[in-house]
Amino acid sequence: MTTGNSSLQRVLTTLSHREPDRVPLFLLLTTHGAKELGLGIREYFSRPEYVAEGQLRLQRKFGHDCLYAFWYAAAELEAWGGSAIFYEDGPPNAGAPIFTSRSQIMAARRPQVTASPILQNILASIALMKQGVGDAAPIIGVVMSPFSLPVMQLGFENYFTLMADDKPALLHLLEANIAFCIEWANAQLAAGATAICYFDPVSSPTIVAAEWYRAWGLPASRQAQAAIKGPIAAHLASGRVLPLIDDLVNSGMSVVGVGALEDLREVKAACRDRISILGNLNGIAMTHWTPAEAENAVKKAIAQAAPGGGFILSDGHGEIPWQVSDEVLHAIVAATRRWGTYPLQAELTDGA
Amino acid sequence: MEVFLQALLSLDRETARRQMRLALSDTNPATAIETLLIPTMERIGALWEQGDVALSQVYMSGRICEGILDELLPVAETDEADNPQTIIAVFEDSHALGKRLVVSALRVARIPVQDYGLGVTLEELVKKVRQDRPQVLLISVLMLRSALRVAELVRQLEAMSERPYIIVGGAPFLLDAQLWRQVGADAMAANSAEVLRLLKSLGISAAKAERSVPL
Ligand code: B12
Repeated sequence: MTTGNSSLQRVLTTLSHREPDRVPLFLLLTTHGAKELGLGIREYFSRPEYVAEGQLRLQRKFGHDCLYAFWYAAAELEAWGGSAIFYEDGPPNAGAPIFTSRSQIMAARRPQVTASPILQNILASIALMKQGVGDAAPIIGVVMSPFSLPVMQLGFENYFTLMADDKPALLHLLEANIAFCIEWANAQLAAGATAICYFDPVSSPTIVAAEWYRAWGLPASRQAQAAIKGPIAAHLASGRVLPLIDDLVNSGMSVVGVGALEDLREVKAACRDRISILGNLNGIAMTHWTPAEAENAVKKAIAQAAPGGGFILSDGHGEIPWQVSDEVLHAIVAATRRWGTYPLQAELTDGA
Repeated sequence: MEVFLQALLSLDRETARRQMRLALSDTNPATAIETLLIPTMERIGALWEQGDVALSQVYMSGRICEGILDELLPVAETDEADNPQTIIAVFEDSHALGKRLVVSALRVARIPVQDYGLGVTLEELVKKVRQDRPQVLLISVLMLRSALRVAELVRQLEAMSERPYIIVGGAPFLLDAQLWRQVGADAMAANSAEVLRLLKSLGISAAKAERSVPL
């Protein structure tokens, strides 16, 4: 970097809605760590040492501004007694739903974080990352929101049916999930995570109507926000977010993740000086970008959202696909340095 | 149609049912489906694509329509068993909702479809399609790796004398508008109801023998 700013300082400055030395870049890489270590994806996620080493190497290689403690969403399902399905060339997926009847839902007991081998592994990886990076770069922990986790616990159809037809069972499940989410987030913060990314795509108007979000998604995120002892980024995993900005600000979120299909200029106008933006490069299109296309995309996002700070450049989903090449990642890094240095070049801010 | 649409979006089964009965008292079942149900499903699909309704509403309105139809216009047993020209599968991954929504649209439009289920692997799908020789293959995926494997599927199906017309759908195809061409599919539908228009353009429409229950 040209100045003495550490990644953490750079991020904290932008989160206070001021312009740091340059736009912080979060390459939210997960399975790429396995490539770094020459391991298969399943093996990579079998030991905390591997994931920590993968993240440290990726951060050294690309010089981006965070370590990402996200293993995979289905890890939480595993903690609840379910399974994950592994692939050689993509992130693990959730195995079969764990609740197939109402009585199972009513009997649901949240798992203890301390008693879950997979969650303990993730915590151990965070502690190792912290040892490796100290306060130089933030470590981003991850939770599924209490309102989004049921998609894996029940399956989407049964979850919609529950929302439509069985509020008592729904509330029972959400209560257990809220308690779990809070405990899990705080355990990650205690292990060394700097902030929590709260994945809540089900709250997006892409997935549920406003009425259901207001009845359950919003109260759940308020409760989680109040009890999680660190800064939170609400991420709708590329579901639409614009109509929810006021709610996210009011519930005290620090950052909002924005998807690739959203109009970043409009989102910036709604967020400016109130909540920071994380986004919104298209991870799927990245798989076939040329370096020049990568540069254009970076330039465009910076022009739309970086003025005044309050912006961290990343992909729009919260995970860069396995298929994205190092060449494209290096091009994103180079373009961020070229176009993201503050004060932004006039070419970017004219007409903004 | 507006009343029917609003009833579905607000999950008001009773009003939706009443509207359907009204339509059936005016005309024959085929016309009621053609002029009320199908256009409404297509509207809801388009509204979702534009960001004006949620997926929960697409799903619930499909279910309500299916329920009303089953009650007011049960399909004669044999129709479903007819050798369908259309096949649907969730390819490589096991995310069921996209397929469920498409099947819902097909049921409402009375288009028979054979369902291969979830997590159908490349090898299984090639084998089954060779056996069943459908005219159209509908593929739903949620993961990028599954979407990319469609390329290999198409390559292997090219070896057939007449391979099926391949329509793909699912989140990766929405996020990257050029992906469906890149993997060699013949078409992409951006919402579940759009499948009806695509099938119509291929000459596939409702099963004929409609048996109405006396109202
Ligand atoms: C909600 C969501 C989640 C939730 C629930 C997921 C679930 N379904 O089980 C949670 C938080 C658990 C989650 C987790 C993960 N997710 Co997620 N998630 C989403 C989100 C926001 C919606 C997905 C969804 O289920 N939509 C419902 C379906 C029905 O919508 P759809 O596929 O678009 O279908 C519509 C049309 O496309 C069409 N259609 C669909 N199929 C077909 C077929 C035909 C023939 C036709 C005509 C039409 C058609 O009809 C539908 C409605 O009109 C998407 C992003 C997005 N904006 O879509 C990411 C997304 C699906 N997730 C993604 C990923 C990677 C994951 C994880 C693997 C992350 C990880 N590393 O752990 C896990 C996997 C967990 C699992 N279930 O296995 C990626 C997948 C692509 C990729 N990069 O590989 C997406 C696309 C995000 C992105 N921008 O990259 N996710």
